[in-house]
Amino acid sequence: MSIVDLSRWQFAITAAFHFIFVPLTLGLSILVAYMETKYVRTGDELYLKMAKFWGKLFLINFALGIVTGITMEFQFGMNWAEYSRYVGDIFGAPLAIEATVAFFLESTFIGIWIFGWNKVSKKTHAFAIWMVAFGTNLSAIWIILANGWMQRPVGYILRNGRAEMFDFSALVTNIYGWIKFLHTVTSAYVLAAFFVMGVSAYHLLKNKDNRDFFKRSFKISASFGLASAVLVSFMGAFSAKLVADYQPSKLAAMEAVWETQRNAPFPLIAIPDAENERNSIEVLKIPNLISILAYHDPNAEIKGLKDFPKEDRPPVLLTFLSYRVMVGIGFLFILIAFIAFLYSRKDKLESKPLLLRIMLYSIPLPYIAAQLGWIVAEVGRQPWLVYGMLRTANGVSKSISTTQVWGSLIGFTLLYGTLAVIDIFLLTKYAKKKPEDDLSPVLKLNGTQEV
Amino acid sequence: MEFQIIWFILWGVLWSVYFMLDGFDFGAGILYPFLAKNDVEKRVIINTLGPVWDGNEVWLITAGGATFAAFPTTYALMFSYLYSALLLLLYSLIIRGVSFEFRGKSENPKWRKGWDVAIFIGSFFPALLFGVAFGNIFRGLPIDFDGYRGSFFSLLNPYGLVTGILFVILFVEHGALWLSIKTTGELNTRASKLAGKLWYLLLIVAVVFLVFTHFDTRLYENFFHYPVWLIVPLIAVVALLGIKLFTSKQDYLKAFYSSCLTIFMITATGVIGLFPNLIPSSISPDYSLTIFNSSSSPYTLRIMTLVALVFVPVVIAYQIWSYRVFKGKLTPEDIMKEKEAY
Repeated sequence: MSIVDLSRWQFAITAAFHFIFVPLTLGLSILVAYMETKYVRTGDELYLKMAKFWGKLFLINFALGIVTGITMEFQFGMNWAEYSRYVGDIFGAPLAIEATVAFFLESTFIGIWIFGWNKVSKKTHAFAIWMVAFGTNLSAIWIILANGWMQRPVGYILRNGRAEMFDFSALVTNIYGWIKFLHTVTSAYVLAAFFVMGVSAYHLLKNKDNRDFFKRSFKISASFGLASAVLVSFMGAFSAKLVADYQPSKLAAMEAVWETQRNAPFPLIAIPDAENERNSIEVLKIPNLISILAYHDPNAEIKGLKDFPKEDRPPVLLTFLSYRVMVGIGFLFILIAFIAFLYSRKDKLESKPLLLRIMLYSIPLPYIAAQLGWIVAEVGRQPWLVYGMLRTANGVSKSISTTQVWGSLIGFTLLYGTLAVIDIFLLTKYAKKKPEDDLSPVLKLNGTQEV
Repeated sequence: MEFQIIWFILWGVLWSVYFMLDGFDFGAGILYPFLAKNDVEKRVIINTLGPVWDGNEVWLITAGGATFAAFPTTYALMFSYLYSALLLLLYSLIIRGVSFEFRGKSENPKWRKGWDVAIFIGSFFPALLFGVAFGNIFRGLPIDFDGYRGSFFSLLNPYGLVTGILFVILFVEHGALWLSIKTTGELNTRASKLAGKLWYLLLIVAVVFLVFTHFDTRLYENFFHYPVWLIVPLIAVVALLGIKLFTSKQDYLKAFYSSCLTIFMITATGVIGLFPNLIPSSISPDYSLTIFNSSSSPYTLRIMTLVALVFVPVVIAYQIWSYRVFKGKLTPEDIMKEKEAY
């Protein structure tokens, strides 16, 4: 494999691994913050118990999100030096801002939250977890604005042999970045909601005690999950529209459209065959649907892959399948979350063991959907590193050797593999534990303590 | 003032603050397997770092991000030239980060022993690697028109290694003082005794480093041309002596502040010596990466300056607040009753 291929694999593996942890952090921080706020407002200790139980799972996950995040920042320079040099003037800014406004916030306040139960007032303590939630979501904005710029470069001018920023406001108001951000965070909320519902379902199936605890946890996350699942699909539809506007080659690959056509139909089942530039199977066509989805107009023309030079086409099969499966799972979320919402509202969860079992086994689904979403976004952007501007092959570092990247790739795979095993072990262990009854150190908490 | 110069100053401040803060985390992590005699003492050490290490590490992320945003060419070349060294650094930092969080998650002695080793590795190697990396930057990297002519092993030259050792000893002293102000009982006695003794070694290494710097780098030229800046290394020396003064008076808080100042000023001395280079070329100054030939456009630098002016003071304010929340000593009783502790 070439240095480019190896570096791509490495970036893909480390980014995908990082994004196993990020969505749960984004969503669960909000849920825990909500639970703790409820405790502060009502004084109901069940909420405190909830914040502590889910908070523990949150922290195990959070630690890995943080450490795998450092890798991402370093890799731009390590493996993609030519890219960094070419676009650093505009791309570096959101990364530096992310660190300054968001990372400090989450990492300082997480310290207060973990260790401050006896040190700060109840309100300040709840405030700390809100700051963590705010910080993580804020960091998502900045990093996705950076990614949005790679998808749809704006506010730059090619000068001095590189892309220089000339309009910061264009960068921060890039509609592509914002919709992508909303699509990403809402999907993260779905993931967190399904996580909490799934773990709660496990306890409701297995244990006689703590019923109220897990029913209430389930209920909170069911409404959060349902609202988020609906929003995800809206944002997804929006995203597809933006892809059509700004990344026609990605759209053609996502929908496996080979010939340029008006009234493009949507085949329910299709299998792209890139070698022969056609779909080997294409059945159950819904008339006009692709044109409608892409441009809200049945007559709209969809540019087919054949009208892009071969070297400008993304890998079709992977992009297409990832997109299809992601959308399919996405609709499933709305259905499942709706049923879950309904039965938890009616307080009938316990009499529906099948539903509980479905919730338990649904935990991996949002993880899969999130990974597939990133595959659509990043593989679909190929062969471009910055769409229409810089090719991936031209972005790689010149001073690194194949041996070095093989070494780092193997090292990352081993290290991350080990961490994954440990993480799953710990998450399972703590998810299966019963919530702790003894909250004594916290009860001594003095609401007027000096901060 | 030109924006490049503002950003050079900020760049130096970010690194100096980073080493000043994460330095004691590294130092305490290196001492951890040797100073703590039982599990409770080990937990005490981890729990003194627990609330703050993460926020400290973000100074590194920000230094990296600032290099990217303000000096993209330097960021790109520095990170790709030092590929293998940075990789080892990354692995170590990853291991350290999870080990704090995960060690306490099981009672199994083997599990805990494994993470004990991880904490040491994750603290020792970053300290050493940062020193080696900065030593080589001070010295200049073999860069010419064709790029980097060195390898990972060429970084392990005597000056690079001396700087690495200096960083390790400096951070260990810093960590010992941190534990002297944060712990109680025998652990505290061991830490403060060590801080007192280790100082002599630190002094020797520091002198060797300063003399070696004269022969192996051009860092002193700037001070020769602009003697007013000599105040910075002078403060470093005074602060270094201050550590000894205050440790012998058993005023460990002031000794700790002195070591903060020592680290900050030593880093600042190196950075001032580099000016206007970010990475000097050891082959010819023509190939050096300077703040002028590797910076972002004035527009970008202006935006980033505004961001820094608004947000960095806010960050400093809430970080100081967080240190105040956790001020005072941590006793074994504290962590026994605090269930959320590591």
